[in-house]
Amino acid sequence: MTAATTPNAATAAGCAAPDQAAPLPASVDLAKETVITGTVRSADGEAVAGAYVRLLDSTGEFTAEVVTSPAGQFRFFAAPGSWTLRALSRHGNGDTPVTAAQGVNEVSVTVGS
Amino acid sequence: MSRDTALVSADWAEKNLDAPGVVFVEVDEDTSAYDGGHIAGAVKIDWKTDLQDPVRRDFINKSQFEALLSERGIGNDDVVVLYGGNNNWFAAYAYWYFKLYGHRDVKLLDGGRKKWELDARPLTTEVVARPATQYVAQEPDSSIRAFRDEVVAAIGTQNLVDVRSPDEFAGRLLAPAHLPQEQAQRAGHIPTAVNVPWSKAANEDGTFKSDDELRALYAEAGLEDGKDTIAYCRIGERSSHTWFVLKELLGHSNVKNYDGSWTEYGSLIGVPVVLGDEPGKA
Repeated sequence: MTAATTPNAATAAGCAAPDQAAPLPASVDLAKETVITGTVRSADGEAVAGAYVRLLDSTGEFTAEVVTSPAGQFRFFAAPGSWTLRALSRHGNGDTPVTAAQGVNEVSVTVGS
Repeated sequence: MSRDTALVSADWAEKNLDAPGVVFVEVDEDTSAYDGGHIAGAVKIDWKTDLQDPVRRDFINKSQFEALLSERGIGNDDVVVLYGGNNNWFAAYAYWYFKLYGHRDVKLLDGGRKKWELDARPLTTEVVARPATQYVAQEPDSSIRAFRDEVVAAIGTQNLVDVRSPDEFAGRLLAPAHLPQEQAQRAGHIPTAVNVPWSKAANEDGTFKSDDELRALYAEAGLEDGKDTIAYCRIGERSSHTWFVLKELLGHSNVKNYDGSWTEYGSLIGVPVVLGDEPGKA
């Protein structure tokens, strides 16, 4: 898995989901990027690994999807504005609206509540 | 082609895991997905290390493709069932690739890894070894692959379908939102391209929408019957998904995938680029 760790991976490599648990690569400039990150949890608060998290834009249109890490984490590189996170899992699904600003935006999504 | 010949359901797949002459192939960029658990008996193909030339930006050639399939134990007469993560993007890319080199019987598993996992169907880490074959590929079929000059020539004359997200189409983002946005190329889209994000062709669980829904989707977007079509995205894998829908599910006759896509077009000097949500003029 190199997409999250090599500086030019986003240009050279494809679109496969980078490792969601890896630290933000040093090449990511937080003065430019809008990162939406967080954890998917079940109704009883347990982190959900292997959940599919979909980033929907302000019209509800699909923008991107990642699979959560063993600790239930996900991360998107978006733009400032209104988004919705929708998580699908074997425990059920869940939605959380987000208003993102430049920098790191922490959000958690609860499924199956 | 049609849904019956190009697509298999997860139920069909689970019943045919041991069927003779059927080979399941997982295609991901992230091979750790396969290594962490795959469909029983499936072999893996790495989108990048197996299917791209290690030096030039291009495909592996015919003899490299023959060597790859022979080594993975895939024969000319085998039914190849492809599946993968990312809503089958890379599996669809491999499907297009298998067609390009003339494989006779290749199918996609509807929903790919996502539906399989959400259904809680079994995955295994068992190592798969298949006896080597002597695979013989055909010459590449250029009728399904578009190059940059024909894309420029298609502006205003053919159907151009940009399957990236609306924000990438308009130039507000340069890459899908799970990747960092700093890129070399310019943002925007090819003039006269209509934006039909690949995701509109798929349900939430990764399966394809019905033929009726798909026909309505492209008709509404303004794809004209009787015109040839070129699909593109950023690097050619999401557009393989749409190429599959148009050519293999809906049976359109002349559909090409432009695998150079935006990372090539957006770096060309002097070609026209449109910003914003409208297709723009030729």
